[in-house]
Amino acid sequence: MGARSLVLIAALAVGLVSFCFTGHPEAAWPLAQIDDYLLNILILAGINVILAVSLNIVNGHTGQFSLGHAGFMAVGAYGSAALTQLNGKACLASLSFLGSAAPLGLFVLSLLVGGLLAALAGLAVGLPSLRLKGDYLAIVTLGFGEIIRVMIQNTESLGGARGLAGIPNHTTLGWTWLVSLISIYCVGSLVNSTYGRGFLAVRDDEIAAEAMGINTTRYKVTAFVVGAFFAGLAGGLYAHFIGYVTPEGFSFLKSVDVVVMVILGGMGSTAGVTVAAIGLTFLNEALREAEQYRMVAFALLLIILMITRPQGLLGGLGGLARWLPGKGGKS
Amino acid sequence: MNELLQQLINGLSLGAVYALIALGYTMVYGVLRFINFAHGDVFMVGAFTGMYFGRWLKPLAAAWPEWLFASTVLLVSMLSCAILGIVLERLAYKPLRERPRLTVLITAIGVSLLLEYAGQLVFGAAPRGFPSLITSSSISGIEGLHASNIQVIVLVVTALLLWGLHLVVMRTRLGLAMRALSLNPTAARLMGVNTNVVISFTFGIGSALAAAGAIFYASLYQAIDPFMGVLPGMKAFVAAVLGGIGSLPGAMVGGLILGVVETLVVGYSQLLGIPPGYRDAVAFVILILILLFKPSGLFGKTMREKV
Repeated sequence: MGARSLVLIAALAVGLVSFCFTGHPEAAWPLAQIDDYLLNILILAGINVILAVSLNIVNGHTGQFSLGHAGFMAVGAYGSAALTQLNGKACLASLSFLGSAAPLGLFVLSLLVGGLLAALAGLAVGLPSLRLKGDYLAIVTLGFGEIIRVMIQNTESLGGARGLAGIPNHTTLGWTWLVSLISIYCVGSLVNSTYGRGFLAVRDDEIAAEAMGINTTRYKVTAFVVGAFFAGLAGGLYAHFIGYVTPEGFSFLKSVDVVVMVILGGMGSTAGVTVAAIGLTFLNEALREAEQYRMVAFALLLIILMITRPQGLLGGLGGLARWLPGKGGKS
Repeated sequence: MNELLQQLINGLSLGAVYALIALGYTMVYGVLRFINFAHGDVFMVGAFTGMYFGRWLKPLAAAWPEWLFASTVLLVSMLSCAILGIVLERLAYKPLRERPRLTVLITAIGVSLLLEYAGQLVFGAAPRGFPSLITSSSISGIEGLHASNIQVIVLVVTALLLWGLHLVVMRTRLGLAMRALSLNPTAARLMGVNTNVVISFTFGIGSALAAAGAIFYASLYQAIDPFMGVLPGMKAFVAAVLGGIGSLPGAMVGGLILGVVETLVVGYSQLLGIPPGYRDAVAFVILILILLFKPSGLFGKTMREKV
């Protein structure tokens, strides 16, 4: 049995288990009740895992540096909320053939629509900007992220600067972790596939990759679009979890949060990034009392990490795949 | 017509600030080939230094003429930012000199966040009022045209600073070493250029100019906060790219163009059909357009990639 199918089975198992854990007393499977506070943190952790893993395709595996991930998350959040909140009644009516499952069906549909819109935004951003490299790319993606935010802020039908409230709370622990496991699985299989070697080639040496006949622009845009799609899903989940979105919530600092997760986990290591995303979510909660010191500490951590261990805390360990059967540590 | 002139005056004084910050980006890029992300936050520190020093000095300097008071505040702020810039380079960037550029970029983002949030801790998150260094008065020569004396002073002092920078870069040995380093680091080192000194010097000058920009910006807009450097910093970077990164005249011209364009877009928002809320997006749209059509900027040289 290959490592990949093992991961898939583990993913399904965790997904099923997390469906059982739910804070809502009226839920279908009240097998286990957990503390509301812990439940919220776990949902946030799941959303952060999706964000970090999807940014990792661009920043880690493909070696490009995007600083605009929050922009794609915003597109996903607003896109899905536009379906469920702004046009909720009309959409529900057209899904009436689903019967009582219509709200849930609309939620899933809205997540997908949000993801696809974000992917489209990723394509629109990626095509022009991926001709650039390194520092330039970082600033241009940052600029695009800000433009997306400014556009939402100036669109009155989306609530403008006041934000969009009253989004139905559909996001549960199960949905969040199901999506995050799917994204881990998709990103992992994409990067480990024959096609995916191209991403790593672009990262390791762009000129050499081009000389070997790899269409570097296409790989970069693909990475960007896939990353944006999952960021859009995360945005949709976030909107339906918090129930309220504002343009300010998707500022540059949100992008930096995700970048910190990716760097801490080790760029290019899916397992490391996942652990870092979960760890940082819990750390953020633990440091809530010392909010103003938190970012100072993160900034120092980032500087010291880059000077002493640029591969990240968990990077360079070869990923968890080393300990899975079938790979024998040779990967 | 008068309205256009008015917008031009406003745009040029804003553009002067952008130009002063952009010079720091361009000079550091010239010698080290990296974008100092934290430059906008050095600008912020410059404004706060000016505010604290100005408040402290005001009662002591009650008898001084106004220009002496203002220029003391300006010089002290420039000097402290120069020191800050040199220290930051020594501590954070110097250990990474031979590392991949991405590592340096991430470090620079870290330094930027550190300055912002440490600033928030030290200075408080709320916007603070900037003391007036020069009594503001309105100069109105033509009917309907209002320029404050501060705007005029900003333009004049910026021109003086730029002239001084030109002299330093073109006439001194350090300036010569700086140009040599940006042309070819290895050859410069072989010819006996002490790169560490030159790099420190470059960071010092760039940061001092940013501090001057900060004092002008704060005098024009009167409110400062720990995150004030983020947007002007990014816009100044756009100005540097617009002029051609690595080119000093380019940064000056780019800054002025950006300031004027931004002001015109906001001033004529109804005519152009662009809501004034898009003000902050203007710079990024310009950036994307330049990078698409003329990535080397107005004055930049195209560089071939060598394998």
